[in-house]
Amino acid sequence: MKISKHVKIVENILSANDQIAQDNATQFRQYGITAINIMASPGAGKTSLILQTINKLTPDLGIAVIEGDTAPVTIDANLIATHGIPVVQINTGGDCHLDATMLRRGINQLSLDGIDLIIVENVGNLVCPAAFKLGTQLNIVVASMPEGDDKPYKYPAIYRGIDALILNKVDLKPHLAFDTDYFLRGLRALNPKVEYFEVSCKTGEGIDIWVNWLREQITSTKNKSKAT
Amino acid sequence: MHELAVAESILKTAIQYAEKENASKVSDIYLQIGNLSSVVDDCIQFYWDILSKGTICEQAILHFERIPTRILCEDCGQEFILENELIPCPSCSGLNLKILSGEEFRMESIEIQREVE
Repeated sequence: MKISKHVKIVENILSANDQIAQDNATQFRQYGITAINIMASPGAGKTSLILQTINKLTPDLGIAVIEGDTAPVTIDANLIATHGIPVVQINTGGDCHLDATMLRRGINQLSLDGIDLIIVENVGNLVCPAAFKLGTQLNIVVASMPEGDDKPYKYPAIYRGIDALILNKVDLKPHLAFDTDYFLRGLRALNPKVEYFEVSCKTGEGIDIWVNWLREQITSTKNKSKAT
Repeated sequence: MHELAVAESILKTAIQYAEKENASKVSDIYLQIGNLSSVVDDCIQFYWDILSKGTICEQAILHFERIPTRILCEDCGQEFILENELIPCPSCSGLNLKILSGEEFRMESIEIQREVE
């Protein structure tokens, strides 16, 4: 005889991913490492921002980069490797986002001693990366002026849980009809506490302010790690 | 595209709970998905049909309960529903908004069958 039964679950659909993200976060904490997840649409300037950040923070800090790409292209990884930074490339096999397990594989390929900062470059996409926690302490979106000021209105999910938004390519402002106030109002409606930076990776404008903020986060992670 | 990963996760969780219950079959899966979650139900279903083949979840029906994105305007107190895009408050045009619901992404329950003597 067959009987039917209703079984309560009430679990996040991606709870398996969330669990591994927790493990990643624990490992970062143990080593006193600040990990940042950089998300953006393709072409917003993730790699340029990473290179600018590396330039400012080396040699005083130990940095590693984990690159997410949908296909085995090594353009970004090679660019970063020329700066003498350990870089691991994760090919997502066509997937539109990194998940916590993929990041775990990347971490396992790095020697973590002496590393203060791990920069994770997510796949260029404003939709899918929003759903997958990685376990990084900081989640950041790089937006760029040429993409338009309406992105927070069209892709609300990605702006919800982030810690900082970096608006890149501000040197192009004179040529664009980008309404910064409209962009910011949308952003703040979704995420009132988000840190906001305006930069130009081309001219270097604003990079110091962003990097100083990041430095403070790295120091704070280290102090917390020492305290425990 | 991330619907494939979502379908895989649903399958894994459903099988895990069904095995704990000594189920011989899973007939229904109840999901609650907020409208702010950018997943397409049909797309999850498409992957589901392929992934669940040959498992105890084969032919299980996915029930999608979509939760509307309810917004409270903190300037004027008006509550309203967002469809797809973020819009300012329809009564005062304010953007001082609080999201009350719409971010759910939960597996609520499953219906299983078990053989008994």
